[in-house]
Amino acid sequence: MADAAHDATASSPGTDAAASRSGTRKAKPALRVEGLVKRYGERVAVRGVSFEAAPGELVALIGPNGAGKTTMLSILAGIQPPDAGSVSRQPREIGWVPQQPAVYSKLSVAENLRLFARLEKVPDADATVAQMLAQTGLEERAGDEVGRLSGGNQQRVNIAVGLLAAPPVLLLDEPSSSLDPRQRERLWQFISALAAGGTTVVYSTHNVQEAERYADRVLVLADGELLFSGSPAALAAAVGGDAAGPQDFESAFVRFLHEHGH
Amino acid sequence: MRWLLLKDLQILRRSPLLVALLVIYPVVLALLIGSALSSSPGQPTLAIYNGVPKQDRTFDVAGSSVNADEFLPELSRAVDVIDADSREDALRMVRDGEAMAAVILPPDIADRLASGRSQPTVEVAYNTEDPVKQQAIESQLKARLSDANRALSRKYEETTVRYIEMLRDGGSISILGNDVSILGLKTSQRLIEGVMATLPRDSPSYTALAQVDRFARLAIQNLGLSTEVLRSVGEPIAVRQTLIGGRRTPLDRYAIAVALTVSLMFLTVLLASGLLALEREEHAFSRLVRGLVSRLGLLVAKSGLAALCGAVVTLLLLTALDLFWVDLDAGRAPWWLPALALGALAFAALGVAIGTLAREVRSASLLAFTLSLPVAFLALVPSSAVSGWAYDVIRVVCAIFPFKATLTALDVAVNDAPGSFATPLLHLAALAVGYVVVARLALRRFA
Ligand SMILES: Nc1ncnc2c1ncn2[C@@H]1O[C@H](COP(=O)(O)OP(=O)(O)OP(=O)(O)O)[C@@H](O)[C@H]1O
Ligand SMILES: [Mg+2]
Repeated sequence: MADAAHDATASSPGTDAAASRSGTRKAKPALRVEGLVKRYGERVAVRGVSFEAAPGELVALIGPNGAGKTTMLSILAGIQPPDAGSVSRQPREIGWVPQQPAVYSKLSVAENLRLFARLEKVPDADATVAQMLAQTGLEERAGDEVGRLSGGNQQRVNIAVGLLAAPPVLLLDEPSSSLDPRQRERLWQFISALAAGGTTVVYSTHNVQEAERYADRVLVLADGELLFSGSPAALAAAVGGDAAGPQDFESAFVRFLHEHGH
Repeated sequence: MRWLLLKDLQILRRSPLLVALLVIYPVVLALLIGSALSSSPGQPTLAIYNGVPKQDRTFDVAGSSVNADEFLPELSRAVDVIDADSREDALRMVRDGEAMAAVILPPDIADRLASGRSQPTVEVAYNTEDPVKQQAIESQLKARLSDANRALSRKYEETTVRYIEMLRDGGSISILGNDVSILGLKTSQRLIEGVMATLPRDSPSYTALAQVDRFARLAIQNLGLSTEVLRSVGEPIAVRQTLIGGRRTPLDRYAIAVALTVSLMFLTVLLASGLLALEREEHAFSRLVRGLVSRLGLLVAKSGLAALCGAVVTLLLLTALDLFWVDLDAGRAPWWLPALALGALAFAALGVAIGTLAREVRSASLLAFTLSLPVAFLALVPSSAVSGWAYDVIRVVCAIFPFKATLTALDVAVNDAPGSFATPLLHLAALAVGYVVVARLALRRFA
């Protein structure tokens, strides 16, 4: 199955789309993952997952609860080691945005950014912090304690921390799950702009429509197994749906999982 | 690493309520425990019925006067004494629980003591409801009665010795108000010697007097010896007291060491476990261990900071105690630091090990409490309070946790208690390393 997934990656239209967008066909992949396995005792959370992502590609990771999305992202982020397999980049070249804001609620926005900039050994910490504050629109809240911010703004700080070291690859675990529709819209604009700037973005989500709208490629994970890797349109086609609307894509996805015994 | 420590201090500074609680609670707890330990439990009450009429309480024992009340002040230092009106009254008090025990002195005690021929009997009754207090009062009474017995027998012995010396050396004695002068053996012997010198050697009187003279010399020699013998009979066995094992400093000084250890323990363990759990509660742990800080570095930073805070606060507490409460030996101050430092490090290492078990600060604190408190109390259990194997178990538990070793080190450092200073310090160092290793192994399991 791992090999099949890998093959699907090679011929993926999503890769081509991203590659053509960034203007280089057959570019060197920004991230290559091979044969990733993670076991928790008897339970296998990730079963030999392989895929590649091109520079500037937007990759959505979807799948039911307990599919292994968080586990896989955290292995890519270098938080836990895999039992088998390899990741082409060092953790320090990869930005990490966990599902819950991983910042100190007693510190202000600026203090959090400055702390992580220093820990990341960013050359000019203060300049980077100022730049991140501007980029994420948090300048006005710079002096506020993070614990007093709204969920949306906390998520922005969370993302800003992940971007401090200007990583070529950014991982986000369910970044939109706690946001209202407007905040969500702004989040995807921000992330799309990052990808347009050449950052490879891999994110997990339970919102299938989001994956359809904001992904060059969709990875379907179920029970630790990579079932599909391709463009959203290709996924709809794979299950015979006509992809006429968002509702249809979601039902196509559920049907797809059902056909694969999930 | 420096930034991480500064961050922790900044967070602590912004949580004044938490810090106040973290500092005040252990200190108050420590002071409570300390004062509870240093003040004796409520004194047991003793009812006394003295059947001897007031005017007869001072009486002659073999020629020297004895006051029946003179042993009571000694007794009332250890127990509360109440007077009973009669033997029945005293017994009723014990039955009703008003008194833990009653002592009844019979009316004829003075006569019997004065006559010195028949032994008087003191009646004692106990209430057995509170075995601890009963034991306390029983041992007090036994001690006082044996004191009284010893004092009386010394009086008898002194009088006897005086008589014997008078027999030997001569002197005057008052009998029924008249002074009677006694010649004494020595003078008699000298008189005989004088008479013998005037007699011819072959005179029959000389031979007879020579026999009396020999007897007198022998008697003088042996009577001198018999006073020695009598003195040693008065106290046949001398007691030399040695305290072995256990507590060797006075209770209130020991209480200071206990109070310091308790506050050092709570402050440091709570802080260390909380600081580590905070990283997980804020979900920052996974960010940090992605190459920003090593797991071991994180543990060292957290336990170092907690140990520093714990040692500093406890040092301040110690200084305050010295200034306002008890006069400590300031010359021992150089010993305070290593004891506090190593104790704090061991507690901090235990704290981070506890912190690895919890995902939130609150559960970490709860764990730290539920684990530390029983260990502290186990360490205070005296060996006599439990059976042999149970005490062995307690000793093992105490050796695994830093409380006992810190207590020993602080007792030596602050009170100059006898015993090795290096042993508990080495023990603490080993525990600190051990717990950091345990914590590091536990950290492998979570992200
Ligand atoms: N630390 C862990 N110890 C044991 N089992 C774990 C651990 N982390 C995850 N698992 C198991 O691995 C499997 C995958 O979990 P994971 O969190 O990666 O799923 P997910 O796809 O992110 O789910 P969700 O969509 O609900 O977030 C689950 O069965 C989970 O129970
Ligand atoms: Mg998840």
